[in-house]
Amino acid sequence: MSQTTTPNTAAGGVADFLDTRLGASKAVRGLSRKLFPDHWSFMLGEIALYSFIVLLLSGTFLTLFFVPSMGMTTYEGAYAPLNNVPMSEAYASTLRLSFDIRGGLLMRQVHHWAALLFIASMTVHMFRVFFTGAFRKPRELNWMIGSVLALLGLGAGFSGYSLPDDLLSGNGLRIIDGVIKSIPVVGTYLSFFLFDGEFPGESIIPRLYIVHVLLIPGLILALVGAHLGLVFWQKHTQYPGPGRTNQNVVGFPLLPVYAAKAGGFFFVVFGIMALFGSFVSINSVWNYGPYDPSPISAGTQPDWYILFIDGALRLMPGWEWTVAGFTISFNILIPGLILPGLMTGILIAWPFLESWASGDRREHHVLDRPRNVPVRTAAGVAAIVFYTVLALAATNDLLATHLGLSINDITWTLRFTAILGPPIAFWITKRICLGLQRHDRELALHGRETGRIVRTADGEYFEVHEPLNEYDRWLLVQHDARRPIELPPDVDENGVARPGARKDRIRQKLSRWFYEDRIEPLTPSELAASHAEHEHALEAGEGEERPVVTTGR
Amino acid sequence: MKGLAARRRRPLATVVLLLMALVVTGAAYAVAAPTFANASTTAAGDVQRGRDLFVASCASCHGAQATGTRAAPSLVGVGAAAVDFQVSTGRMPLANTAPQAPRKPTEFTQQDVADLSAYVASLGPGPAIPEDQYLNLKTDDESLAKGAELFRVNCAMCHNVVGAGGALTRGKYAPPLEGVTPKQMYEAMVTGPQSMPVFNDANLSPTDKQDVISYLKYLEEQPSPGGFSLGSLGPVSEALFAWAFGIVVLIGAAVWLTAKSS
Repeated sequence: MSQTTTPNTAAGGVADFLDTRLGASKAVRGLSRKLFPDHWSFMLGEIALYSFIVLLLSGTFLTLFFVPSMGMTTYEGAYAPLNNVPMSEAYASTLRLSFDIRGGLLMRQVHHWAALLFIASMTVHMFRVFFTGAFRKPRELNWMIGSVLALLGLGAGFSGYSLPDDLLSGNGLRIIDGVIKSIPVVGTYLSFFLFDGEFPGESIIPRLYIVHVLLIPGLILALVGAHLGLVFWQKHTQYPGPGRTNQNVVGFPLLPVYAAKAGGFFFVVFGIMALFGSFVSINSVWNYGPYDPSPISAGTQPDWYILFIDGALRLMPGWEWTVAGFTISFNILIPGLILPGLMTGILIAWPFLESWASGDRREHHVLDRPRNVPVRTAAGVAAIVFYTVLALAATNDLLATHLGLSINDITWTLRFTAILGPPIAFWITKRICLGLQRHDRELALHGRETGRIVRTADGEYFEVHEPLNEYDRWLLVQHDARRPIELPPDVDENGVARPGARKDRIRQKLSRWFYEDRIEPLTPSELAASHAEHEHALEAGEGEERPVVTTGR
Repeated sequence: MKGLAARRRRPLATVVLLLMALVVTGAAYAVAAPTFANASTTAAGDVQRGRDLFVASCASCHGAQATGTRAAPSLVGVGAAAVDFQVSTGRMPLANTAPQAPRKPTEFTQQDVADLSAYVASLGPGPAIPEDQYLNLKTDDESLAKGAELFRVNCAMCHNVVGAGGALTRGKYAPPLEGVTPKQMYEAMVTGPQSMPVFNDANLSPTDKQDVISYLKYLEEQPSPGGFSLGSLGPVSEALFAWAFGIVVLIGAAVWLTAKSS
C-alpha cells in the first residue's frame, strides 16, 4: 500500500493521513454501513445521552465558579435581601453565580433543567424498552447496565441538589441523614461517618462535590460507553413488520442518514434546554436563604425523581418499636430504604424473572407489541401507578392548597390508592390488552368496519367490512403463541421424587400467572378458512399449526 | 353532513372529538372562572354607624351585643385591627362554614370598615389599627435581609419562603401573601387570625414587623430573576413543567425527526 495516489483536497489529505496511520477507512467503512431501524421511540435514549452532554458542558462552567466549602463567609453582591448575610462559601458562590457572574444564572438553569430531563428521558426510554420486551435475551445485561445508569442518575441529581447549601438542599440532606440513622445498629455510625460528625458538620459539601463532579459522572460515562457498545455489538432491535425478522435489521445506514439525524437531534435537545434555562426559573436558591437547621419552608420537596421516596415517607404510618432499649424506626426504615431497595431489585431482576417464567431461551431481535404480552404490560403499568401515587403523596400539601382539600384526607386516600391502585391498574391493563388482541384477531379475520350498511335484494342487512392489505395484516398475525410451561410430574414412574420439584412448582405458578389468560394468535389455516368464507382470493396457508414457543428447560 | 357521517367511525374521530370537548370545557371555564378584586385602606370611624352596620351584617352570628353565640366568638376585646383585617380582606362576613374563611372581595366600603372597627374597638381594649409610620416600606439592604431572616424563621414553615402559601391540617391553610396590603399583614401579625399565631410586640417589635413586610413587598415587586417563576412553588411545579412541556416537546421532536420514513 506504499504506492498511493496523492489526495488533492484538504479533507482528502486528512483522511489519507488518518487512514495510512490508523487504518481509519476500514472502521469508517464498517461503521458507516451499519444499519439502524427508524422509529421515534428509538430516539428516547438519545435524548438522555444528549442531556448528559449538556450536563457535562454546563456543569464544567459551574465548577469554574462554585466553591465547594462549608467555610463561613458573607455574601456581597447584587441580591439585596442576602447582602452581608453570613453563610457558607458554597451558598455565597452559588449566589454569585446567579447574580454577579455573566451567564451564570443561565448556566445554572440549563444545568438543572437538563438534569430533570436527563432522568425523565432515561425513564421514558426505560418504559419503551420494558413494554416492547427489548430486554429479552440477548440484552439482559444491557437492561441491567441501563438500570444502574438510572440509579446513578438519581445519585447525580440528589448530590447536585444538595450542593448549593441553601435551606431547601439542607432540608433534603436532613432527610437523608434521618434515613441513614434509621438503619438498625450501624445507622448512627454511618451518619457520623458520612457527615464527619454530627449533622450537618463541615465536610458534607466537599464530599458530595467530589461525588457529583468526578465519581458519578465518571461511572456514568463508562457505563454509557458499555451501554452503547452493546447496542452496536448486539445490533438494534426492531418493531415487527413485513420483511423484518430475527436475522435481519431493516433501517437506514449510519452514514449519512443517522449521523445527520442524531447530530441534528443533539442540537434540538440542546436548544430546548437552552430555551428552558433562558425563560423558565428553576431552583431559585436566593429565595431559600442559607441553610440553618431550624427553619423549614412550606412546600419543601425534592426534585421529581426523588419524590417517590419523600411520598413513601409521608404515607407511612408512624410505626416504631423499641427492642432491648434500641429504637427501630419502621416509619423511616421501610419507606426510606426497604421499599426503594425492593423496587430497584425487581427492576434489575425482571428480565430473568420473565425468562424463568416463559422458559424461552431464544434470542429476540423483533420487539413485542405491548398488547401481545398482557401480564408484562399490566405489571409495568401497575409499577408506574405505584410510583406515581408515591410521587403524588410527596406533593400532598400542594394538592391540598391547590385543590381545596384536606391534607389528612389526601394522605388517607393515597395510602389506600398506593395499595389498591396497582392491582386495579394491573387488572384493567390486562383486560385492555386482551381486548385489543381480540380486536386484532377480528380485524385480521374480517377487516375494518366501514360503517356502510347494505341491504340485499332479499332484505338482509349487513355491514361492509374492508379487508386489510397483507402488510397491515402481517402486523396482527406475526407474533408467537405464549403458553405456560408444562413441567414433568413431581414423581417419576418408579415413585422417586424428582430433584428441584418444589422450585419447579413455584416456577409453574409464575408461568401460569404470566401466560394462563391469553388470546391464541391466528394460525395460517384459520386465516385461510376465514378468507375463503369471505370469498376473497387468498393464497391458502399450509394449514399447519403455528410453531409454539418451546417449553420446559 | 354526509361526508362527516362517513368519517365518524375513523380512529381519528375519537381524538378530534375529545380535543373539541376539552377546548369547549376549557373555554367555558375561562369565561365562568371567578376573578378577585382588592381591598383598600381606612378612614376615621363613626361608632354609631358602625353599630348599625354590625347589627345588620354581623349580629346574626356574633350576637346583638357582639358577645358571641354558639356559631361565632365574642368580639369584645379583639380590637380594631382584627375587624379591619377580617372585613377588609373579605373573610368576614363568612359566606359559608368551611375549615377556614377564604379571602374574597369585600362587600364594604372603606368607611364601612372604619366604622365597624371603631364600634368593636369601643367594646373593649384590643390591638389598634397600626400606625402609618410602621407601614412605610424600607428599601435598604440591611432591613430586607433582616426581614427575610425573620420571615424564614417565623413564617416560612406555613407560608412558604416566598409567601406562596402552604397547607395546614384538615383543609386549613396558610394563604398566599401576594396582594395583601402592608396594613393587613401588620394586623394579621398582631391579631393572629384563624390558625395563625399572634406575633406581639415582645415577639417581633414593630420595626421587625416592618422589615418582614418590606421584604415581602420587595419580593412581590421584583421581577423573577430566572424568568417565568412557575408560581414559586419549588421542585413540584418544576417537575410538572419538565414532564408536561420538556418531555412532550422532546418526544415531539423525535417523532418529527423520524416521520418521513418507515
